[in-house]
Amino acid sequence: MAAHLSYGRVNLNVLREAVRRELREFLDKCAGSKAIVWDEYLTGPFGLIAQYSLLKEHEVEKMFTLKGSRLPAADVKNIIFFVRPRLELMDIIAENVLSEDRRGPARDFHILFVPRRSLLCEQRLKDLGVLGSFIHREEYSLDLIPFDGDLLSMESEAAFKECYLEGDQTSLYHAAKGLMTLQALYGTIPQIFGKGECARQVANMMIRMKREFTGSQNSVFPVFDNLLLLDRNVDLLTPLATQLTYEGLIDEIYGIQNSYVKLPPEKFAPKKQGDGGKELPTEAKKLQLNSAEELYAEIRDKNFNAVGSVLSKKAKIISAAFEERHNAKTVGEIKQFVSQLPHMQAARGSLANHTSIAELIKDVTTSEDFFDKLTMEQEFMSGIDTDKVNNYIEDCIAQKHPLIKVLRLVCLQSVCNSGLKQKVLDYYKREILQTYGYEHILTLHNLEKAGLLKPQTGGRNSYPTIRKTLRLWMDDVNEQNPTDISYVYSGYAPLSVRLAQLLSRPGWRSIEEVLRILPGPHFEERQPLPTGLQKKRQPGENRVTLIFFLGGVTFAEIAALRFLSQLEDGGTEYVIATTKLMNGTSWIEALMEKPF
Amino acid sequence: MNRTKGDEEEYWNSSKFKAFTFDDEDDELSQLKESKRAVNSLRDFVADDDDDELERVSWSGEPVGSISWSIKETAGHSGSTQEGREQLKNQSRNSFSSYAQLPKPSSTYSLSSFFRGRTRPGSFQSLSDALSDTPSKSYAPELGRPKGEYRDYSNDWSVSDTVRRLRKGKVCSLERFRSLQDKLQLLEEAENMHDGNVITAVLIFLKRTLSKEILFRELEVRQVALRHLIHFLKEIGDQKLLIDLFRFLDRTEELALSHYREHLNIQDPEKRKEFLKTCISLPFSAEDSAHIQDHYTLLERQIIIEANDRHLESAGQTEIFRKHPRKASILNMPLVTTLFYSCFYHYTEAEGTFSSPINLKKTFKIPDKQYVLTALAARAKLRAWHDVDALFTTKNWLGYTKKRAPIGFHRVVEILHKNSAPVQILQEYVNLVEDVDTKLNLATKFKCHDVVIDTYRDLKDRQQLLAYRSKVDKGSAEEEKIDAILSSSQIRWKN
Repeated sequence: MAAHLSYGRVNLNVLREAVRRELREFLDKCAGSKAIVWDEYLTGPFGLIAQYSLLKEHEVEKMFTLKGSRLPAADVKNIIFFVRPRLELMDIIAENVLSEDRRGPARDFHILFVPRRSLLCEQRLKDLGVLGSFIHREEYSLDLIPFDGDLLSMESEAAFKECYLEGDQTSLYHAAKGLMTLQALYGTIPQIFGKGECARQVANMMIRMKREFTGSQNSVFPVFDNLLLLDRNVDLLTPLATQLTYEGLIDEIYGIQNSYVKLPPEKFAPKKQGDGGKELPTEAKKLQLNSAEELYAEIRDKNFNAVGSVLSKKAKIISAAFEERHNAKTVGEIKQFVSQLPHMQAARGSLANHTSIAELIKDVTTSEDFFDKLTMEQEFMSGIDTDKVNNYIEDCIAQKHPLIKVLRLVCLQSVCNSGLKQKVLDYYKREILQTYGYEHILTLHNLEKAGLLKPQTGGRNSYPTIRKTLRLWMDDVNEQNPTDISYVYSGYAPLSVRLAQLLSRPGWRSIEEVLRILPGPHFEERQPLPTGLQKKRQPGENRVTLIFFLGGVTFAEIAALRFLSQLEDGGTEYVIATTKLMNGTSWIEALMEKPF
Repeated sequence: MNRTKGDEEEYWNSSKFKAFTFDDEDDELSQLKESKRAVNSLRDFVADDDDDELERVSWSGEPVGSISWSIKETAGHSGSTQEGREQLKNQSRNSFSSYAQLPKPSSTYSLSSFFRGRTRPGSFQSLSDALSDTPSKSYAPELGRPKGEYRDYSNDWSVSDTVRRLRKGKVCSLERFRSLQDKLQLLEEAENMHDGNVITAVLIFLKRTLSKEILFRELEVRQVALRHLIHFLKEIGDQKLLIDLFRFLDRTEELALSHYREHLNIQDPEKRKEFLKTCISLPFSAEDSAHIQDHYTLLERQIIIEANDRHLESAGQTEIFRKHPRKASILNMPLVTTLFYSCFYHYTEAEGTFSSPINLKKTFKIPDKQYVLTALAARAKLRAWHDVDALFTTKNWLGYTKKRAPIGFHRVVEILHKNSAPVQILQEYVNLVEDVDTKLNLATKFKCHDVVIDTYRDLKDRQQLLAYRSKVDKGSAEEEKIDAILSSSQIRWKN
């Protein structure tokens, strides 16, 4: 199930096993049969580290989603709540516990907080008079969840807002803790680089935690050579642009959650004859997307324009393979053919799925509006007409396109102009408030606070300098056989990844000027290693860099980093960690103000 | 599952014993624990996962055996006893309604209501009780805890020890830190730890034991703690203290926004309106201030219009409401939607009424462009082509009429087409498009043959005209018209 986690340069299965073991140990503490009551949000992330079979081995007989009033009946000794430390969930738990039938068999209650116990939540349980009902109240520090062979995420949807709007550093603390866990498993990371205020904080916390951890010396041979901590607000631009890789577009259009995507079912109707063939399924088709699927691993990071040719090539290979059966004459040959069948059928199924998904995406990307939007984005990113009211945005508002789409575009324009002229900003604000409702004034303020939408100060636009120095806009981009990371946005090279690229070669000293324009400090720290653990790199051996995006990362950025990892003379392979896998839409959505 | 009561008891007892001894570090059995752990971990790596086989996937895509799949499955089979079946029935009946109650991940709705319900000022003071409580009183025996930990509840931890224990989630009393200096040291230590959970715990303690003035004064110079307090107050919905704090810090705009935000939680339109009225005088920026004023005026308007129209609609006397029943209430809709509504239902009303479009335009200073767009969409939807015509007709001082559109006629054509206007109407407006290329594009797209043909004729473009001939129906009037033009000797073709 998780074999794909060990394909990469760093075996992330080790981490997965460590968290699985911790889960088993907790379950065994609550002896006897059990039912788990789930905070529904957690089932997705947990699905990435454990299956029901693991829970069953430890006597979990029933599972429910957390909801108000009474718990469903379950003939078990223990009821365990798996919850995030959120006050509103405590209220529901209390309701469950209080409405427990006293005449029934006594059951033991436990709480497992993920990823952290919270004094505030326990206080709430106490106020509601149920704190004493729980035998075990523990925390399960599922800080970094392995998503793929080179990808880890905390899946903390509020992290960006908390860090950059509220100034609450709790998620940074979790990030630091997650990094300490990683170091315990994969060795001390000798060099830490960083850019941004939050990056600085995390590095400080790590150094402090290491100092406090006075116990035994970490004797694991280091796997990572470097850690690069990057603040999302160093590069606010990239997530706003529409991702143009295959995986990025799936995420933009359908949204990938915990490596699953839900798709409209029509294209996936079973083509078998007979009954039921006519009735189209109405439930969304759910597919898991990760590198365990050979074909997906090959196409996920390609520019969408290069996906079609791969799919058709695969189709030819597979049908040729099936044709082989006519050539199989001897028993031996037939036997060999048959032995390959399951693999071939899996490949065919996978091909069918991705052909359908590609068709769905193509319907969108070939639409007139998609083209217009993309043209606008690309003009902004290449620095054209960013200082006046844009006709296309005006049209979108007049036609009441989704507010998030409008906000993404306006923010993109603002970022590409180092802020909008006051007059332009006021005009957009007014149009948006009149068309979508005055209450969005709160959202606009949040965007302003996050630096996404702001008036230009000092009358100077520094974006052109950044763009030219970092070569963010590339005119000749090869989508089929890329030579530069800019292929992931068909021309725009993501700033964040460019920073990583330049750090590894020739080093940040070459771009001091731009680094000073970008927000927050940049720094370097060393964590000395005992001589026995110091690595002697073989000639030609790549370095391994762990790059941590504080505040979220997009699939297109991940694709660009994988592209760099695969370059023959690149010299660096990347493992990517983040607080949240996100795209422009989910990002803006998290910043929107909703009723309490 | 069929274990008898006795079995269960025995099971429980034995496991109790096990848990107890295992966690006692001094016991030799702890070594057993070590080896058991080693064996366990070995098994993890060696016999890795029976789930390693090819995955089975249900139609909805949940891999069979995944957690979310199993929740549905195991919750479905609620046992075979009579009682179980009974429960199952209840459960399935409940599950629908209660499912909807489950808060979305980001919502915090129940939180504020909870705290707002508690008006007694001292009601929050029980945290320290919780923190200093000895668990032996209130909990079942803590079997998993090594004996040593009971020492945790002693009272002589230093500031830094206390903070470190809090961070590990251990129970710890803060009560004995009485002097201001101690309290601030506690806060500083927590800040240095960067653990939001601990900072918040200390802040709750300070909030309870310090006067507001001192708390605010001390936090003003401690930015990290200050931000946590603001976040915490927002989360528990303590609006009053939050506003006092902003006032103290002289952060006037935040104060205003934070107060204004409250209106989102008020459902009743009258109450919401009254609340918005209190927002008008708040210290917003000049620009925002105008928007807030408009927000109030709009809702005030909507309440009047809504009452009036609901009455008209139920009386059943007014044709427009009979023909086009209202789909939703106009309350709390955006301004442009309200304008559309009034152009739809109240287009001809005199400027004096609250519901007339012209009145809305004036009150809210809606720009011409916006107004024309909205009116056009509304009138086109009603297929009131005469109104559409009037919208673009201007008279000059000599009395000549002229067509003008502030939004450009290409936009007019598109909106008309979206509302399936007949070809004659479309044609008229396509003809008014100035740019020839745009005009040709639109005419071709919307099949306004006459416009296309005439334009090519005027351009003297024989080739394009010939090409277009192949696109129209055989034997149609269009074909005839093209043929007539092509054979005309009057035209000097450019190609």
